[in-house]
Amino acid sequence: MKVSSLSSRKRRRMWILLLCAIGLGSATALTLTAFEDNLVFFRSPSDIVAERPGGERAFRLGGLVEAGSVERESVPAGQRPLVRFRVTDGANAIAVTYQGVLPDLFREGQGVVTLGRLTPEGTFRATEVLARHDETYMPPEVADALKRAGHWQPEQGAAPAPATWNTLEPRSATPGGPRS
Amino acid sequence: MIAELGHYALALALLLAFAQTALPLLGAQSRDARLMGAGAPLALGQFLALAASFACLMHLYVINDTSVLNVVQNSHSAKPLLYKITGTWGNHEGSLLLWVLILALCGAAVSLFGRNLPSALRARVLGVLGLISVGFLLFTLKTSNPFERVWPPPPDGQGLNPILQDIGLAMHPPLLYVGYVGYAVTFAFAIAALIEGRVDAAWGRWVRPWSLAAWAFLTAGIALGSWWAYYELGWGGYWFWDPVENASLLPWLIGTALLHSAIVVEKREALKTWTILLAIIAFGMSLLGTFLVRSGVLNSVHSFANDPERGLFILALLMFYLLGAFILFAWRAQAMVPTGIFAPVSREGAIVLNNLLVCSITAVVFVGTLWPMFADALMGLKVSVGPPFFNAASFPLVVPLLLAMAIGPLMPWKRAALWPVVQRLWWVAVLALAGFVLALLASGERVLPAIGFAFAAWVIGAALADLAERTGLFRVGLARAWARAGGLPRAAWGAAIAHAGVGVLAAGLAGMGLAHEKLAALAPGQSMSLAGHEWRLEEVRDVVGPNYTARRATISVIRDGQVVHVMQPSRRWFPVARQNTTEVSIRTNMMRDLYAVIGEEQDGKAIIRIHYNPLAPWIWLGAAIMALGGGLSLADRRVRVSAPNRVPKGAVPA
Repeated sequence: MKVSSLSSRKRRRMWILLLCAIGLGSATALTLTAFEDNLVFFRSPSDIVAERPGGERAFRLGGLVEAGSVERESVPAGQRPLVRFRVTDGANAIAVTYQGVLPDLFREGQGVVTLGRLTPEGTFRATEVLARHDETYMPPEVADALKRAGHWQPEQGAAPAPATWNTLEPRSATPGGPRS
Repeated sequence: MIAELGHYALALALLLAFAQTALPLLGAQSRDARLMGAGAPLALGQFLALAASFACLMHLYVINDTSVLNVVQNSHSAKPLLYKITGTWGNHEGSLLLWVLILALCGAAVSLFGRNLPSALRARVLGVLGLISVGFLLFTLKTSNPFERVWPPPPDGQGLNPILQDIGLAMHPPLLYVGYVGYAVTFAFAIAALIEGRVDAAWGRWVRPWSLAAWAFLTAGIALGSWWAYYELGWGGYWFWDPVENASLLPWLIGTALLHSAIVVEKREALKTWTILLAIIAFGMSLLGTFLVRSGVLNSVHSFANDPERGLFILALLMFYLLGAFILFAWRAQAMVPTGIFAPVSREGAIVLNNLLVCSITAVVFVGTLWPMFADALMGLKVSVGPPFFNAASFPLVVPLLLAMAIGPLMPWKRAALWPVVQRLWWVAVLALAGFVLALLASGERVLPAIGFAFAAWVIGAALADLAERTGLFRVGLARAWARAGGLPRAAWGAAIAHAGVGVLAAGLAGMGLAHEKLAALAPGQSMSLAGHEWRLEEVRDVVGPNYTARRATISVIRDGQVVHVMQPSRRWFPVARQNTTEVSIRTNMMRDLYAVIGEEQDGKAIIRIHYNPLAPWIWLGAAIMALGGGLSLADRRVRVSAPNRVPKGAVPA
C-alpha cells in the first residue's frame, strides 16, 4: 500500500496542491466565461461608419461632443427627459440619444464616453454617459480616436476649439510640428 | 523661503533614508551593534524631516502662496480654510509627500515600539523601509516636486477641483495611504525574514498586528471612498468596479489573506513561505495601485491629467522592489521549514481555503482590471471590462467563501471533524433559510438579493455561534457565560465582530440589489411617486456659497398625506473651475435611504432623480464594524504586552 505510507506532510502538500489547482482552475474558467459575455468594445464615430456594427451588443462610443449639437427635448412633466447630441472625432459624427441626468462635466466641446447600443436607424441610444472628475482630462480612447482621425496631436497642445471641428482639415501627423 | 525650506527638508529626508538603508543593513550583516542601533534614530530623523517638509507645504497652501506652482495649480484664495488644508494632499505632488510621510511615520513607529524586536531583525526591517523611502523620495524630488516656484507669480490660483472640496477628501486618502504603507512594513518584515532565513511564531506575532492595522485602515479608507462616491457623485451607486477602486481592492484582498495566514504562522508555525509570499504580493499590489492611479494607463473616472513619465518611474520602482523580493524569495524560501503539521480538515485547512478563495477573487479582479491595458498594448484592441464581468466572475467565488468563513472559526486547530461543527451550526442554517424565504417573499421573488440576505444571516449567526461556543453559553448558562465573555481574548472578539461585519455588509449589498430609481422633469408643484412616497417639487431657487453659486430644489416627501421629509438637493456652479457639482440630499433611517438629485433645468422644469435605497447605510456600517473588529483584535493582550523573546537556534528552553 504505497498511498498510506505517504507521510502526512506529503499528503497535506498533495491536498493543498489539489485545492490550489481547483481554485486556480475555477477562477480561470469563471474569468473566461465572464469575459466572453462582458467585454465591452470601444468604437469611435469613424469605426461605426466603417464597421456598421449590429445593435445586439452594447459598446462604448467616444469622441468630442459636437459644438452646438446638444438639444434637450421638451417633455411633458413627469416624463424622463431626453437629450440629443452628436459625438464626433472630426471625420465622422454619430447622433446620440440619452434619457437621464448628464454628468456634471458634460459640456459641448469636451471629450465624452458613452455606453449603449446602435439602433437600426443608426442613432446610438446611450444608457450611460461617463463622467470625469477633471475638466482637463481627456479619456485615452477619445484622444486616440482624435489622433486616428488626424485631428489632434496631444503633444502639440490642447484640443482644437470646438467651433472648428467640423471645418478642420486632417493634418499630417508629424510629431514636433508647430503648436496649434 | 518656506518653499525652499520644505524642499531642503525633503532632500534631507532622502539623505537620511539613504543612511537608514545602508547602516542598519550593513550592521546586521556584520553584527555591529552600533551600526544596527543607528537605524532607529535615523528613522526618527527622516520622519521629522518629512513632517517639517509637509508642514511647509501646508503653510504654503494656507497662505495661498501663488509663487509656488503646486499651489497655483490646485488652490485659490476664495477656498474655505478647511479645503486649503486638505487641498495639500488633494493633488499628485502633495499626496505623494503624504505617502512618504506616512511611510516614515511607520518607520518611526517600528523604531519606537519595536524595542523588544531582536536587534538584527529590527535593523533589517528599518533598512528595507529606508530603501522603500529612498525610491519614493527620489520619485518625489525628480518628477513631482511640490515646492517648485513659478515666475512671475499669477494673481491667484486655479482652484481645487470642486468635487474634491469635501470632507470626504480630508479623510479618504490618508486612511487609504496608511493601509497601503502598512503593507510596506509587512513587506519589510518579510524581506528581513528572507535575509535571516528564519520565520517563527515570534515573527508571526510581530507581523500580524501590522497586517491587521494596515487592513483595518484600508477597510475604513475604501469604505469612506465608497461612501463619498455615494453622496458626492450623485449616481446613486456605491461601487462601480472602476479601475482605481479595484486598485485599492487588490491589496485589501491580498491583505485579507495575509491577515489570516499570519495567524497560522503565529499559532502553528505553518504556512511560512506562503505568508512571506503574501506579504510581498500585498505590497506589490499597493505599488500597483499607486502606479495605476498616477500613470493614467487605465481609463477611469478617477483619472486626473497625468504624466506618462511619472508612470514609467513608478513602474521602474515596482519592478525593482518586486523583482528584488522575488529573487530573494526564490533563493531563500527553502530555508523556511514548516514545523506545524495539520490535517486538511482543521482550522489551518479552513484558513488555507480562505486564502485560496480570496486569492482567486484577487486573480479575477486583477485580470479584469488590467485586461484593457494588455489588450491595447498587445492587440491594439480598445475594450473595457465593466461591472457585469466582475459581478459574474466574483459571485461564484464569494459564495463558498461566505459558506466557509462561518465554519472555519468553529474548527479546532490541527485536526477537526466536520460533523460536530455542522451540528453546532444547524440553527444558523435554519436562520439563513428563513432569511432566504422571507426575503424572497418580501422582495417579490428576487432570487439574488434573497441569497444575499441568506448569507448575511448565515455569517452573522455563525459569528454569534462562535462567541456562544467560546463562552459556553449553551452549557454553563447565561451568568457564567457573561463572566467568561469578559475573559475571552480580544482577538477572539475582534475576529467574531469582523466576521459579523462582513454579514452586515452582505445584507447592505443585498438590500441595494432591491433599490429603485426614478427620473423626471418636474415643474414646481408637480410630483412623482416612488416606493410608497410621493415626492413633490416645491421650488427651485438660487443660493450663494463662499466660492460657488447654486440652484437648490426643495422637495417634500409625502407619505399618507403627511410631509415626512423635506429634501434640498442642489447643483453648484464653481466659477473659478467653471464646473458644476451635484449636492445630493439623503434622508436615512438606517433601514433605507431616500436620495434626491437635481439635474439641469429647462423651460421652467427641473430634472429630478430620486432613489429608494434599502439598507444602503449597512454597507458602510458593515465595513466600519469590520475595521472595528480589526482594531479590537489589535488591542489584544498578547499584542500589547508580550512579544516573547526568541529561543536561540539550538538552545533548549528551560
